[in-house]
Amino acid sequence: MNLLECKKGDKVVITKIKAKDELKRRLISFGLIKGVDLEILNCSPGKKTVEIKVDKTRLALRKEEASLIEVECEE
Amino acid sequence: MKSECPLTKNHIKIALVGQPNVGKSMLINSVSNSHLHVGNFSGVTVEKTEVLFDYKDYNFTVVDLPGTYALADYTIEERVTHNFLLYEEYDIIINVVDSTNLAKNLQLTAELMTLGKKMVIALNMSDEAKKEGIEIDEAYMSELLGVPCIKTSAVTKEGLNQLLDKTIEVFNNNFTLPKLIFSETVEEEIEKIEYYLKKHQPVCPNVYRNVAINILRNDKKTFKKLHDEPIWTELLPILIESSKHIELHHDTDDIKEAFAEEYASFIRGVVAETVKVSDEDLTKQTLTDKIDKVLIHPVFGIPIFLFFMWGLFQLTFELGAIPMDYIDSFFVWLGDVVGNTIANDNIRKMVVDGVIAGVGAVVLFVPNIIILFIGIALLESTGYMSRVAFLLDGFFHKFGLHGQSFIPLVTGFGCSIPAYMSARILKNDRDRLLTLFIIGFMSCGARLPVYVLFAGAFFDESMAGNVLFAIYVSGAVIGLIAAKILKLTAFKGVDEPFVMEMPKYRLPSLKLIWHTVVTKTLMYLKKAGTFIAAASMLVWFLSEYPKNQDIENKYATLIENAKTKDEATRLEIQQKKEELSNSYIGQIGQVIEPLFTPLGFDWKMDVALVSGLAAKEVVVSTLGVLYSTGDTTDGEDKSLQNAIKKHIPFASAIAFIVVVMTYLPCFAATTVFAKEAGSWRYAFYLFVFTSVVAYILAFTAYRIAVSLI
Ligand SMILES: Nc1nc2c(ncn2[C@@H]2O[C@H](COP(=O)(O)OP(=O)(O)O)[C@@H](O)[C@H]2O)c(=O)[nH]1
Repeated sequence: MNLLECKKGDKVVITKIKAKDELKRRLISFGLIKGVDLEILNCSPGKKTVEIKVDKTRLALRKEEASLIEVECEE
Repeated sequence: MKSECPLTKNHIKIALVGQPNVGKSMLINSVSNSHLHVGNFSGVTVEKTEVLFDYKDYNFTVVDLPGTYALADYTIEERVTHNFLLYEEYDIIINVVDSTNLAKNLQLTAELMTLGKKMVIALNMSDEAKKEGIEIDEAYMSELLGVPCIKTSAVTKEGLNQLLDKTIEVFNNNFTLPKLIFSETVEEEIEKIEYYLKKHQPVCPNVYRNVAINILRNDKKTFKKLHDEPIWTELLPILIESSKHIELHHDTDDIKEAFAEEYASFIRGVVAETVKVSDEDLTKQTLTDKIDKVLIHPVFGIPIFLFFMWGLFQLTFELGAIPMDYIDSFFVWLGDVVGNTIANDNIRKMVVDGVIAGVGAVVLFVPNIIILFIGIALLESTGYMSRVAFLLDGFFHKFGLHGQSFIPLVTGFGCSIPAYMSARILKNDRDRLLTLFIIGFMSCGARLPVYVLFAGAFFDESMAGNVLFAIYVSGAVIGLIAAKILKLTAFKGVDEPFVMEMPKYRLPSLKLIWHTVVTKTLMYLKKAGTFIAAASMLVWFLSEYPKNQDIENKYATLIENAKTKDEATRLEIQQKKEELSNSYIGQIGQVIEPLFTPLGFDWKMDVALVSGLAAKEVVVSTLGVLYSTGDTTDGEDKSLQNAIKKHIPFASAIAFIVVVMTYLPCFAATTVFAKEAGSWRYAFYLFVFTSVVAYILAFTAYRIAVSLI
């Protein structure tokens, strides 16, 4: 599943970044790398933007970007 | 050799590098007492700033590079920093990292470690780390990385001298290779290439191991450099094979991703070895979590934000209005005093009525602007700004704008000049340009007098407030629609991704807010002030000249023969009117009159609008002069209101307001616009765009109003 399908409060692991080139580089530079844990903190009204926490960093993503991040539930 | 030259012997040039918000600016502030702007919003310093100071026997030059998350070339910040680090001269890198978030910060550090430069790491925010129970073994970390690490706090000033001492030490020692260690597979490939390079000895500015790493991870700049070397044709196949090998190992087709993973696992290792977190309670909520619960609440978040904005505007206008009277009377007094010292009639008029009155009109808004700046500085430095961008992105995105566009747009209601300047927070050039283009539709404070005048003239007093509100709202709506249209035409293209860090909430530092506000206010005064002085002089000149002796003589005798005082005044006004229509400005007005006839304007309204290009306040004073009520420029002046009501049909008035709402902002603002957009070409586009919009909308409004009456 992708990040957009997660609910607030979910804790998941990144399995794949489907973004291309620039955007991928950007996501990586924010610490979004395969195998990293993240938590969904908040969603703005209508789930237009999603706030996640990677390690200690809080990030805001638009739904288009969030849907490019494949995740898996933590066991 | 550098060290032998007596002039450069004791100079150390430092490149200060770090991710956004790690306290770089504040660190340099504390070290040197310089006054940079410190903000809690990712990336406040767009341009690099140099700071000079002396410490011990050394003369330090610190170049504060814009914060970047990685050595990339995507945003302006990244480009500035990356290019500086690669191509400019400097002795040593100080890499500032946030001790409370090492894993993320060290990603950049790892990249810096392959530059082949001397380096020191400042573990900044050590005070905060201590509070959060984070303990870092700096000695061990220095050993593991092969780069000295020093704990610092820009707030408590702890460790600052040690940082400088260490910098001097590293500066005087020979370069040692940092210990960046990869997985076995990658190390093997690096060795292969390094061996090959060593054998053929191409000229490289960097150590061969680093060159090997950089070409392996497909660094464009290293690539380009080696591309012209004769060994390239032989090296390429080896490189391709090695890359394939690494990609296979990481199960990806993107070598950069593979390296990111390599860096990440190296860093994880270092952090695990050197950082101890006591009393870490994972379920415990941090203060930021708690505040965010309220401020970005899915239901209450936006109303809370609107409330803050409303409060800011109330303050801006209520509090800002208090000193206005004083400022106003000060300039009247100044005009009198200065006027009395000038004997020549024409020069006096030019100085008093032109320059002093014009500059006074600008200075009048300084209190409003200071309050607005304080508010924005607070928003920035507390970390709330990114939350708002998070909340509003969904709405703004519909119109092709970015969540962060709201800051310049909101500022635009105060004054377009700081609004244009604050558009810098938008990282992407296209987003920034689009925002710059529509800022003018947010009615600035200087247009208020025009609105007040017309609302008062054509509407009942009880309705005037609502009319004003409607004007502001429709201006904003027009702006959003214009954004959408521009986005679909001129700024077509893929949508800018929205990926943004939300910093921790921090109490703002009063000292730093003070500095920000003072610097920005001075900038406003300087930019607008010098410009307005010149523009006012020009408008004054155009409306005074050419002098017509016949009119003067005719009225001189008429006034002399006037029976009553009232009649004399009436004649004086009459004279002014006649002179005006003969002046350059009057001539211009009559030339352009046909152009505006479809909108229902007479030449006086045309002239008022044209003079409004200099400054919007001038619209009212010009109308005042042209509609012969003497020289009162007060928007609430009843006689001007009555005159307007008498001379201007309702439909024309509506069209006039529409033009004022939408046409080019004042000239000072346009200059700033050109500077921020990067070229005067854009100012020309802005002129064409706003004029077309204004004309079409005003024409439509006029037709509708005519048919309704
Ligand atoms: N507690 C603490 N706060 C700091 C320290 N250094 C900077 N800050 C705060 O961190 C925020 C960001 O600082 P700034 O210098 O703008 O970061 P820059 O983006 O790297 O230039 C500001 O609100 C500072 O007040 C520090 O050592 N300790």
